[in-house]
This record gives sequence, structure tokens and C-alpha cells, in this order.
Amino acid sequence: MNRNIQLLWNGLIPENPIFRLALSMCPAVAVTTSVENGLMLGLAVIFVQVFSSCTVAIFRSYIHPRIRIPAYVIVIALWVTVIDMILPVISPDVYKKVELFVKLIVVFAIIISRLELFASREPLVPSFFDGLGMGLGFLFGLVVTGAIREFFGTGRIFGFEILDSGPLLIMILPAGGFFVIGFIMAAFNWIEYKITGKIPTSGGAH
Amino acid sequence: MKKIRLSRAFLALGVALLVTLSCVSYSEASSSGSFKKDTEITISFSAPVDDSWAKNPSNYNVFQKTDPDIKVPVESATLDARRTTVDLKFQDPLNLSSEYTVEAKDVLSDGKLLGKLEFSVKKSQAQILLTILLGAMLINNFVFTKYLGLCIFFGVSQKKETSIGMGITFTVVMVLSAIFCWALYTYVLLALQLQFLKIIVFIGTVAIFVQAMDTILRKVNPYLFKKLGVYLVLIVTNCIILAVPLINVDSGYGLFESITEGLGAGVGFAIALFLMSCVREKLELCRVPAVFKGLPIAFVVAGLFALAFLGFSGLSIF
Repeated sequence: MNRNIQLLWNGLIPENPIFRLALSMCPAVAVTTSVENGLMLGLAVIFVQVFSSCTVAIFRSYIHPRIRIPAYVIVIALWVTVIDMILPVISPDVYKKVELFVKLIVVFAIIISRLELFASREPLVPSFFDGLGMGLGFLFGLVVTGAIREFFGTGRIFGFEILDSGPLLIMILPAGGFFVIGFIMAAFNWIEYKITGKIPTSGGAH
Repeated sequence: MKKIRLSRAFLALGVALLVTLSCVSYSEASSSGSFKKDTEITISFSAPVDDSWAKNPSNYNVFQKTDPDIKVPVESATLDARRTTVDLKFQDPLNLSSEYTVEAKDVLSDGKLLGKLEFSVKKSQAQILLTILLGAMLINNFVFTKYLGLCIFFGVSQKKETSIGMGITFTVVMVLSAIFCWALYTYVLLALQLQFLKIIVFIGTVAIFVQAMDTILRKVNPYLFKKLGVYLVLIVTNCIILAVPLINVDSGYGLFESITEGLGAGVGFAIALFLMSCVREKLELCRVPAVFKGLPIAFVVAGLFALAFLGFSGLSIF
């Protein structure tokens, strides 16, 4: 049980997929113009990550190592197709904004890398928690970025008005996404530097 | 030497494709008008028409060819000095990618009644293709305004040399997979009504092409193969390569439009990679704050590029 909690925590902060591993950056910049979009895509990713991790963990002894990558891609594409049919029913408005990216979950590097590095070697239960942890970490990254951009860009959070001064328009422009992620990454590095005394080398961007 | 020859061959291929595309012209109907802006249509008559007739908006019926029942209201009509060209102004923007028909009722020419004349207004195929190409390449650059393919973008843009190689490889894979995805979707998925399987089919097609490219490059240009290394295989996980077929399907593009979108996406990605690699080579010599070293500063630079690409947003040729 202890290990499972550690796996969850690991995905959330120490190996946060967006800010530490620097995997799947595209959605992190693209859909985070508001918290709501980020939340929606984050939940979709959790769904796909958990179910694909579990599927691969169950069938890992049947998948031949040489065809593992195509097999993983098919598993992911299957679950993405499922979520792509569920989401428009639950929340059609938000789905319209994140539609392309929900379909593109297939090619998110974070999911396939977790299948390759973790779920293909470990049994069902740890794989479930690893998938959940990574998904939560991804959700966390999206929500934080979305909150910062929505707050500064429109003066609102979750659509509720907080500031009524003129908004900083650049934050919701494409450029703002890049800036915010860059600064959050630097902040993560700085915090780690304060705690451990050395500056980590950031992830390989894949 | 071999490397230069290969890249020249790719370049020639690209140019040849571009020329073929821009030559695909659309056979024009006998009497046709043209879009001036998105709220204006220009039609021209063979003989001078009467001023009072031409300036009456109710003499014109304008509708999209696909649904003739929905008339587009004409706001005003102006006649030029030679009395042969009429500019029709509309309140709402027209859909420039579809075909419109303009009917002129009871045309009066120097007192003579000429009856009804019909004009079809449509962008030529070459215009549409060029618009798509420019759109995918610059205005909606996939990296800087649609934020796709960032993983590879940040991974490969450290050196100019690899970025050029990656750009070319990517463009080739992109165009080929756009063609095959279009064919598969039109002739297999649509025919069997299996549209919901498109994600799985497209990613499979892309994976096959990347594997083929991997095998070919290993033999033809081992140097470049070594340089690209793991990123070649990772093209599979590049969002752009899946996004383009999906966008093509969603916008209902035909074969040539799909190819153009693929080409534009590939070239746009190559431009972004090259620009970024130029800056990052210089960045290595700069004194960057320690916590910003590596990816964080790359993101900030990408943000500046994105700002610069905003300047393209007003660009339109037609």
C-alpha cells in the first residue's frame, strides 16, 4: 500500500509529466487558456492513462516484445476512441474547444512512455497507481497553467470574475502559454535548488 | 557529398510538387464573377448596362450553389465608369471556399431587355490551394500558433544540421501519409461507414510510413540516420502527423487540398525548427540564469517566436 501512495506522489510532483519530464507539452500550452479546458483534458488523459496501463499490465505476457510499440498504440487508440465518444455527451461545450486534443491523446508521449517503462513490467495494481499518479500529475500541470493564464489573461478563474482591471491579453495568446510554462519550469528548478542545493538538468523534452 | 545530393533531391521533389499544384487550374464557366473581399463580388457584363437598373440591389439574386433557397441579401450595387462591371456588396461575410451563383434579372442594356443572366462565382482551385498552403505554413503555423509537435520541436532544435534533416524527413512523411490517410478514409472508412475508427487507422498508417522512412534512410544516408537517432521513430508520437489527417477529414478536403495541407504543415514545421535551432545555437554562448538553463529558456524563446508569428495573422493574398 505504501508503495502505491509513493507511486501516486511520484507522478504528481517529483516526476511531474509536464514540468519535470517535459513530456506532452503540446496540450499543456494549447488548451490551457482556461482552467475548465485544462480540467477536461486532464480528466480525459487520466482515463486513457489508467485504462491503457491496466490493459497492458494484464496482457503484458501475451504481447511480443518486438511488436510492443504498435500494440501499445492500438491499445491507447482504443481507449481514446472510447473517451472521444463519451466526452461530447457529458460536456459538449468544453469538448468543442478541446476536441482536436482529445483525439491527439493517442500521440501523447507521456502515455506510451509509462506503458513502456512501467506497465509492461509490473502487475496490475502498481500499474494502476502509476497510471493514476501520472494522470493526476498531468491534470495538476494543466490546471496550474490554466489557472495562471486565465487569471492574468482575463481576470477570471473558472469563469468567475476576480479582477476587474484590464487583463494582460498576452497571457491567453499563443505566446503566453510558452512563457508561463517556461517560468513554471524555472520555478520548479529553483525550488529544487533551494531544497537540495543543486540545479537539476531538465528533461529531454520527450 | 551524398548528403547534399539527397537534400537537393528532396528539395527538387518539393518544388516539383508545388509547381504541379499551382498548375491545377479550374476550368471557368463562360460568365463568371470573382470575390473581391469576403463581403464583395464583382461581375462583368459583355455589353454596357443601364445605370438605374444596375444600381438596384433587388435585381440580383445571390445564393450558394448547394442551397439555392437561401438567398444572400445584397446590400448595395455599384457600377463602374465603363458601365460593364458591377460590384455587389454584402453585409455578412461570404464563405469563400464554396461556390456562389449570381442571377441578374431583366438585364437592361441601352434600353434593350437582355433577359436573365447567370454568373458563377468561385475561387479557382489554385487560389484555394495557395491559401491552404500559406495558412498551414505561416498564418496558422502548427508549432507557434497551434502548439503541435512541441516534443520534437524542443528535442531536435539544438543543432541547425539535425533540424534541417528532421524538417525534410518530416515533410516527406507528412505528405505521403496525408495522401494515404485521405485515400483510406475516402475509399475504405467512408464506404464502410467506419468513421469512428479513423484515429486507429491514421496512427497505423503513419507508423508504417515512419518505419519505411527509417529503413530507407538507414541505407541511403546513414550519417543523417545516426544524427536523427531516436527522433526519427518518435515522429510517430508527433502530434502534427496525426493532427493533419484529422484536420483534413474535419474540413472535408479533397486529395489536392490534403496534400497541400500536409506540405504546408511539413514546411511550416521545418521553418520553425530551423529558426529555433539558429537561436539555440547562439543561446549556448549566452549567460542564462542557472534555473532557466535548458528547456525553460527554450520555452521563453519559443514564446517570442510565437509573438512574431502573430504578425502573419492578417496575411491574406486572395
